[in-house]
Amino acid sequence: MAEEQFQNDIPVPDDLKNNIFITSLDKLYNWGRKRSMWPMLFGLACCAIEMIATAASRHDLARFGWELMRASPRQADLMIVSGTVTKKMIPQIVRLYNQMPEPRYCVAMGACATSGGPFKEGYNVVSGVDKYIPVDVYIPGCPPRPEALMHSFIKLQEKIEKQSIRTVRWYQKGDEVSIPVPMLGPDLVDMRKANEIKAQAATV
Amino acid sequence: MAAGAPAPAAPKPAVAAASPVSGAKPPAAPAAVAAPAKPAVAANTDAEMADITAKFEGLISKAPYEGVFINDPARLVEVATYVRDGLHFSMLSSITAVDYPKDGVIEVVYHATRVPSGGKPLCFKVRVPREDGKCSMPSLCGVYPGAEFQEREAYDLYGVRFEGNPDLRRILMWEGFAGWPMRKDWKEAYFEGETKPFETRWPAGKHELAEERVPWQDNVTFPKDFDPFSYTSKPDGNIYESMTGNRNSVQGFPDAPVVVDANGMNQPQADEFMDELKTDEIIVNMGPQHPSTHGVLRMVVKLDGETITDLKLALGYLHRNHEKIGERNTWLHNIPYTDRLDYICGLANEWGYVLGVERMMGITPTPRVEYLRILMAELTRIESHFWSIGFLLNDVGAFFTPALYFITERDFIIDLFESVAGSRLMCNYMRFGGVSRDFTEQQLQRAHELAFERLPRAIDELDHFLTENDILKARCIGVGYLPADRSVAYSLTGPCLRAAGVGYDVRKADPYGYYERFDWDVPVRYNADVYDRYLVRVQEMRESLKIVQQVLQRMSKDTKVGDIQAGKKAYNHRVPAGQTYARVETPKGELGFYLVSDGGQNPYRYHIRSSSFINLNSLKEMTVGYKVADSVVILGSLDIVLGEVDR
Amino acid sequence: MAIIGAGILKGLGVTMRHFVETYIEDFKYMGFNVDSSAVRRQNPKNRGLATIEYPKEKMPLPENFRYVPFLVEDTSKEEEKCTSCGICAKVCPPQCIWIERTEDPVTKRPVPQPKQFFIDSTICMNCGFCAEFCPFDAIKMDVNYEISYYPAEDYKTAAADAVAASIQDNVLPVHGGGAVGRLIFDKTGLMKSDVYHATIHPSDWAREVAERKPAPAAKAAPVAVAAPAAGLSAPKPAGPKMAGGPKMAAPAAGVVVPAAPIVSSEAPAPAVVSPPAQVPVTRPSKPKIVGHV
Repeated sequence: MAEEQFQNDIPVPDDLKNNIFITSLDKLYNWGRKRSMWPMLFGLACCAIEMIATAASRHDLARFGWELMRASPRQADLMIVSGTVTKKMIPQIVRLYNQMPEPRYCVAMGACATSGGPFKEGYNVVSGVDKYIPVDVYIPGCPPRPEALMHSFIKLQEKIEKQSIRTVRWYQKGDEVSIPVPMLGPDLVDMRKANEIKAQAATV
Repeated sequence: MAAGAPAPAAPKPAVAAASPVSGAKPPAAPAAVAAPAKPAVAANTDAEMADITAKFEGLISKAPYEGVFINDPARLVEVATYVRDGLHFSMLSSITAVDYPKDGVIEVVYHATRVPSGGKPLCFKVRVPREDGKCSMPSLCGVYPGAEFQEREAYDLYGVRFEGNPDLRRILMWEGFAGWPMRKDWKEAYFEGETKPFETRWPAGKHELAEERVPWQDNVTFPKDFDPFSYTSKPDGNIYESMTGNRNSVQGFPDAPVVVDANGMNQPQADEFMDELKTDEIIVNMGPQHPSTHGVLRMVVKLDGETITDLKLALGYLHRNHEKIGERNTWLHNIPYTDRLDYICGLANEWGYVLGVERMMGITPTPRVEYLRILMAELTRIESHFWSIGFLLNDVGAFFTPALYFITERDFIIDLFESVAGSRLMCNYMRFGGVSRDFTEQQLQRAHELAFERLPRAIDELDHFLTENDILKARCIGVGYLPADRSVAYSLTGPCLRAAGVGYDVRKADPYGYYERFDWDVPVRYNADVYDRYLVRVQEMRESLKIVQQVLQRMSKDTKVGDIQAGKKAYNHRVPAGQTYARVETPKGELGFYLVSDGGQNPYRYHIRSSSFINLNSLKEMTVGYKVADSVVILGSLDIVLGEVDR
Repeated sequence: MAIIGAGILKGLGVTMRHFVETYIEDFKYMGFNVDSSAVRRQNPKNRGLATIEYPKEKMPLPENFRYVPFLVEDTSKEEEKCTSCGICAKVCPPQCIWIERTEDPVTKRPVPQPKQFFIDSTICMNCGFCAEFCPFDAIKMDVNYEISYYPAEDYKTAAADAVAASIQDNVLPVHGGGAVGRLIFDKTGLMKSDVYHATIHPSDWAREVAERKPAPAAKAAPVAVAAPAAGLSAPKPAGPKMAGGPKMAAPAAGVVVPAAPIVSSEAPAPAVVSPPAQVPVTRPSKPKIVGHV
């Protein structure tokens, strides 16, 4: 389809022929997504207070087109993991993430969401939400200032700009990445590693 | 309204007289009595301890450092009933356990308080063997209904079974979790050493991720031969089964409470109304991801139509193991962690902790330090109440406009914290015997501007904006009623207790800092509903402002600039062996730290008595009988912060 | 009995007043912008808008503000001030500092200089104890909060590959570890010149200089910098670590602006974080967990 459109104008090298239309479409596609990201109204811990402060009067997230914090994952594009991810909470977080429609993004806000942070050693703490769900932008800090959260949004916009409609995962054939919900057993069981856990538990 | 002045009381709501399940007399709480302006505060509990020792001859022996042992756990209820009715310690402040593996015992420690007169809490302890099967003792839920959650916590973390607790399930962890994590011999997956600082950090510190040290490359451990495929997970135990069938399972309420509307009229009771309709009961889960649960709280409500007939809480979704980490930490390390307990009012939490450690070490802070602490803590109270009122309004349905106005004001206070202490929320400002930084001239100037111009205006505006609002009144008056005696029985503290007519404020009841040197009152209201809790908060903001203004006026005269550390500043504190229960009045209520030291660099036991957590005990009784939409408002009026609930 | 709805009207009046005051305040300063609007709007006397348009204008940061720590480099000697005494590692509450002491190759006795120094900023809780208790003023808290980043690898192909692999092996990808490695700073990554320190912490620096007075060898260059730092603009930072230069907007009056971000995804990594070859912390290769049992 793109070929007919461009055939008569400027000579296009063969290997680029399919790409030019897509590139302009990419721009539109990325522009639309990055300017109307709807975060999920989802607070976990201390960082959530700073997240609320970001959405409040002083920082006014609406200037980015991101002001609509949706309480339902079905209407959200972005999950801001704002706080310590505990083992008891991670099944719910994974479930919420699975319920978000694609394209979906995830920001790990603060040290706790990045790696467990100061609570990393705790017995009920998951050492980083990226152990379970893919994270797009990381923000260090405990807690990050509201400006730091906004900086991460700018970074996320940068990242979205680099994506292409041809290669993004969610338009690929057979793409169905729903993450198995971890199980609360004697400890947290990552069901993707179930085989290995079983094998190792026999030898421990 | 000043303490002691009669309240412009709305019609006194009628309520079925509640009596605890055990059939004992209701706690002797002097209901609807404001705190005297200057309560006579008992400095110690020697007389009371002598009294019970004499009364229960042979059963009581003196415990080291603090309190008494009750030598026969089976007679605990008997003693506790006497403590409540005979000695009038009507509120159970704190229950916790301490593990002594060397002696093979777990010690359960109780602190009871007189309300509202206060004074030093009475401490009694019971020792039970550690072995599974023998590690059990009677529950105190019949005497003090507020014991329920704390006993469940002690069961969850230490494995002490409290026979007679109505719902003895794990509360912070999940059912099926292996082990009792707070026991001294229980090691977490990322265990690195018994105490900090860890040897691996210096002088040969090679960075290593915790993941690399452990078999599953993750923060998990599994018992031998664990098979994930055949395991059936039931993290909440029988939470749903326990809720089906029984209609009114509120403890101490054989009948549904009488619901009273704004004009003192009885609304149709749940039962007579619903029996005709024959509706099905449904159980609804709210949370842990819900916009109105103030974080990751989960409520399971049983509904009859729209009326709540039962409510259970599932907690622990933000349980980040403060206590376990706190016992690995050195004394100093714990200060920034306390900021993260109730992250709205970090400075108030820090004060509670440093107060406890200072008492054990025998440090007296300098006057400048005391002034600065009061200044910061009271600004924190104002800031926290701004936040909580803003979000109460969110819950009522005024989505975000009031909250936005108040967050703007709160940001000014937080900016001052940032410029003085270095961080907006996690100030890490207080030290043992000191504070980290003094105010500069510029910062004092800003504090003056806030205290004398901006904040009085903002609070007046808040009052003008909301107090007379008809919708707010319609939603809040008469909702969430919990009378004074029940509030005390449920160990409710903070503005919610004072809205029930009990003028109990730790700042007056068990004074700390220089609060006695300033002129301020404890606001009390008498209707015990959501609206009065709101009004108490507004009034408390004004009182806090009064304190802040006095501090600012007198600080330069009474104190020396730069005198911000008593003694030498150190990082490796050794705290003499002993124990203490230090408590402060945070914006949410009584925050206590039960600290045990064995003389080393690290706390042997570091327990946080958190007001948000214990206030939730009473949520069920406040909520049952109201509509499901009210449950959100009632929860908002309790003003919980999940960081402190789950710790 | 009050009129029904009177309270609501009163409340609406408040919202109306807020709405009007927003404009009044901005009209007052139209044309002659004495202060940057970020500063003016954060004055307690301001009754109008509080909004700061973040990337364009920034809140002036207080000097005490703290984020992730950095090591101070003594520019006159071109080496770190740190003596590897280990106090910061001991006072660190989450224990995110690792220090390796240098040993004299001949005598095997410790040399007061760290061989390696790690700060895991994914664990750091920004409490500031390390800077507060350092007896040598060798570690300070940075004020640059703009260090969020996204993993360097090309997102789309990596994700697509992972999906392809997962479909092949019939297992799902195990994510994780994106942050680690990038946010663990080693000695080179942590080092910033004392010029930078003097810029962001003028009064702290003045105290250090005053304390050093007795020693005549007080550094001339940084002292000279300290004076303008308290004034209007941050000096253009010098030193090899600062090669990136300031990337942010011109500092407003009295605004302390961090000179360069520690980690910026557009800058090549070696400028800030040392190349992976020098960092012995690499993620364990995760795929081995997946499916190859």
